[in-house]
Amino acid sequence: MLSLIVFLPLAAALALVLAPRLGDTAARWSWVAVAGVDLALVVAVWWQYETPAEEQLAFEQRAEWMPGVNSSYHIGVDGLSLPLIAMTAVIFLACAVYALRDTNRPRLQAALFLFLQSVSMGLFVSADLILFFVFFDLSIVAMYFVIAGWGHGDAARSALKFFLYTFLGSLALLVGFIGLYIAADPHTFDMVELSEQTPLDGSSLAGGLVLAAILIGLAVKTPTVPFHTWLPPAHTDAPAVGSAVLAGVLLKMGTYGFVRIAMPMLPDAWRAWAWVVIVVGIVSVIYGALVALAQTDLKRMIAYTSVNHMGYIALAVGAAGLVAGDTAGARSIAVTGAVTQMVSHGLITGALFLLAGVLNDRADSYDMDAYGGLAAPAPRFAALFALGAFASLGLPGFSGFIAEFQIFTGSIAAAPATAIAVVGILITAALFLRALQRIFTGHTRGKSTGFGDLHPAELWSVGSLLLLSVLIGVFPRPLLDVIEPASEVLIDLVGR
Amino acid sequence: MGAMEMRPLLLLPEIILFLGGLIVLIGGSFLARDRQWVTRVVAAMALLAAATVAAVSFAGPAEMAMEGTFTVDVTTGVARIVAALGTIIVLALASDEIDGSPRESETYALMLFATTGTLILAGADDLLVVTVGFLLASIPLYGLIGIARTPQAAEAAMKTYLMGALFGILLLTGVTILYGVTATTSYPDLTDRLADAPARAVAAGVVAVLAGLMFKAGGVPGHFWVPDAAQGAGGAVAAYLTTIPKIGAVIAAYRLVAILPETFAWPLLVGLLALASMTLGNLAAYWQSDPRRLLGWSTVSQVGYLLVPVAVAGRSDLALPSLLLYLTGYTVTNMSAFAVTTSLPECRNLNAYRGMGRARPALGVSLAVALLGLIGTPPTIIFVGKVTIAAAAWEAGDAWLAIAVFLNTLLSLFYHLRWIAPVYRFGSASEDADAAERVTWPAKPVSASTAATTAVLTVLLGVGSGVIWQLVT
Repeated sequence: MLSLIVFLPLAAALALVLAPRLGDTAARWSWVAVAGVDLALVVAVWWQYETPAEEQLAFEQRAEWMPGVNSSYHIGVDGLSLPLIAMTAVIFLACAVYALRDTNRPRLQAALFLFLQSVSMGLFVSADLILFFVFFDLSIVAMYFVIAGWGHGDAARSALKFFLYTFLGSLALLVGFIGLYIAADPHTFDMVELSEQTPLDGSSLAGGLVLAAILIGLAVKTPTVPFHTWLPPAHTDAPAVGSAVLAGVLLKMGTYGFVRIAMPMLPDAWRAWAWVVIVVGIVSVIYGALVALAQTDLKRMIAYTSVNHMGYIALAVGAAGLVAGDTAGARSIAVTGAVTQMVSHGLITGALFLLAGVLNDRADSYDMDAYGGLAAPAPRFAALFALGAFASLGLPGFSGFIAEFQIFTGSIAAAPATAIAVVGILITAALFLRALQRIFTGHTRGKSTGFGDLHPAELWSVGSLLLLSVLIGVFPRPLLDVIEPASEVLIDLVGR
Repeated sequence: MGAMEMRPLLLLPEIILFLGGLIVLIGGSFLARDRQWVTRVVAAMALLAAATVAAVSFAGPAEMAMEGTFTVDVTTGVARIVAALGTIIVLALASDEIDGSPRESETYALMLFATTGTLILAGADDLLVVTVGFLLASIPLYGLIGIARTPQAAEAAMKTYLMGALFGILLLTGVTILYGVTATTSYPDLTDRLADAPARAVAAGVVAVLAGLMFKAGGVPGHFWVPDAAQGAGGAVAAYLTTIPKIGAVIAAYRLVAILPETFAWPLLVGLLALASMTLGNLAAYWQSDPRRLLGWSTVSQVGYLLVPVAVAGRSDLALPSLLLYLTGYTVTNMSAFAVTTSLPECRNLNAYRGMGRARPALGVSLAVALLGLIGTPPTIIFVGKVTIAAAAWEAGDAWLAIAVFLNTLLSLFYHLRWIAPVYRFGSASEDADAAERVTWPAKPVSASTAATTAVLTVLLGVGSGVIWQLVT
């Protein structure tokens, strides 16, 4: 079942590439269809999902791949990965619907995004480090072609910067993986076995170095300060659907790595370095928010709020490493909040980037000062953007609130000093309200004149993402029921 | 005992190749210019026969031939199959490029001789056999490079010849010194006697022999000829000389390093050679504008990666399998990249590839896969090779070498992307006068399909690397 979810989009991508005579409309709709089927399969998996026993995975599949180095095709899901898989399927479907209006080589675009969907799904179900790395690296390659091939502005340069920077991160990650492999006895790349073995416990130098390599790799992808500088140009020049996938799905690969690889496999080193992660998280939160506040380019602003939002996740997973006394419950809440934040940020920021794409489509500019009074000519656009903005700043009733509330509850209980990061929420609120004012209120002027409101494809794609965010915000239980057992297991593993 | 007999049948693949070369050479002189393709078929059949024989005898136990001076084991088997099939790919590229040209059959004959020499190097278990293999692999190369008859080819041939002469003499000197201090050239005997021989003399001898092999492999310090030859020679020849000779030379280096005593820090020396090759090759490739010259420098860096398992020979179980895996992957991937350049022989500048991805999508994807494969992007075969050589180095305690591999991989990313970027850059026709003329992009058909086939192969081999791994262990 999981293999089908992973490889169905890939097969469809190959079929699209090999069918050059396929019409543009057929290509766009087949993309929507495949993404829809994939989402249906994910829903089916969620339906049948039962929390697996500790150190085990649900829907597990394992086949020999490279027995010489003990690397296998090993996949499965648990409460940490299932929500992300579902979120990935939703975002790709939303992008497929949004792209129904695109006219730039739709067949190849569909093939590339389906390939990227396979890669993203594959990453979140991987239970083998080499398999994980294969998908991690391929996501970079695919996104490079998305930005370089369909971007605007200085796309080639941004794509190159993105590739070089994130490739550096992936290599650091690979060095860390090989370190884990060598330290394990018997040598293995299997994630489940490595979490059982925790091979580098007790050797603080080697453990610290391997963790450092893995952290750098993940921090570049996440990205956290100081490794975030590739993000704004990549987002600014990427196409709208590319930005949505980049922010919604690809960034999660970094944060997912923290909870899937770094924490359970290197608990000793994680506890020793937890404060570093927390500080990086707090700095990312505040710095990301402050820089976002200073932007005039809407897309850059949203990009920097991603740095801010990813900072909350780093903060929470760092706090989860502060093992002391009776805070296990609180730390578990922090981890649950972090995973919820991954899902929530994917939905909300995906929607915001799609909306930003509408600006570029109609008026060819992201400059907030070029607009004004946009609410009059484009009420639906204004309404959805306002919803997205309120969701992103963490207003109750949206998924962001559930996530950030849990993150702060858990983190402050484990380490009261983390309360500083609450400032980030305040700044984010200010910057989103200011953006709303600049673009939508006042007299209709500048590029707002003659601005066409949302088309159905845009409305449905963005609307469904935001609707899901509201649903999670109002009825969080189904999601939390899946995540919570996995967080408790993770806290146990880190506490070993 | 069996080891001391001649047993020439064990060398059947080499014999087939050499006889095939003779037939091609003699037969070619009796054939009209427009029927020279017959010699290509003969050469391909000889290569196919050699590969088949090697594959049939692959599973057998390790055996010694020629009175114990030549080993036929899994390593030799892999070298035979990879070198023979790799040369067949070169013949496919040549069919576009030199079909019906003067000296067509001579080119094929020289390739068969050089491949024979490479295989003798790969199986050599005796310093004198190494020397024979070296000469047999080198001398045809000089001719192959110069056969294009252009000023650049002549210069490249001259440079290669002079370098080859120098390093050949070094190799002979090294063999002489080692023979002088141990009274033997056979590896089994050297294993016992080198430890007791004067350490400095042994060091001087081994360094000289390794230097000779580095010329053949195209690694530091014997690399100077590679970029010139890759640029100056014909496309098929360039593909040949940057790939096939390495197979024999690197395996010969592995066999030599594996028997060295611990009287000298050999692993460190080879590790430094590896580091120098990869770093220099990558840095020098940075601003090259001729794609073949860029690939030439890139192969210098690839030798560096190939030397990593050589440096840890005998100290990690992963060393030999990872070396063979990497050699196989490198051969396929490098051929794929060169196949793209021979399919578009007019594009001798990276900017000339502008817009190629739209006009020739299949060729564009092949190039992207080949170049990403050379970088070591998963799931291509070189990725598996890089992971396993790095794991081998780390397992042997040389984590610095593993890190050097990955830092160099990062270094190599940029110049490969410099080539991919124009392929997918679609400027308006006005700013793109150069490419605008080439509306049709006439690509040579055989090279183009070879590029696509080998590109697919790099991915399939990578995904199926578990099978290969079991074959080579």
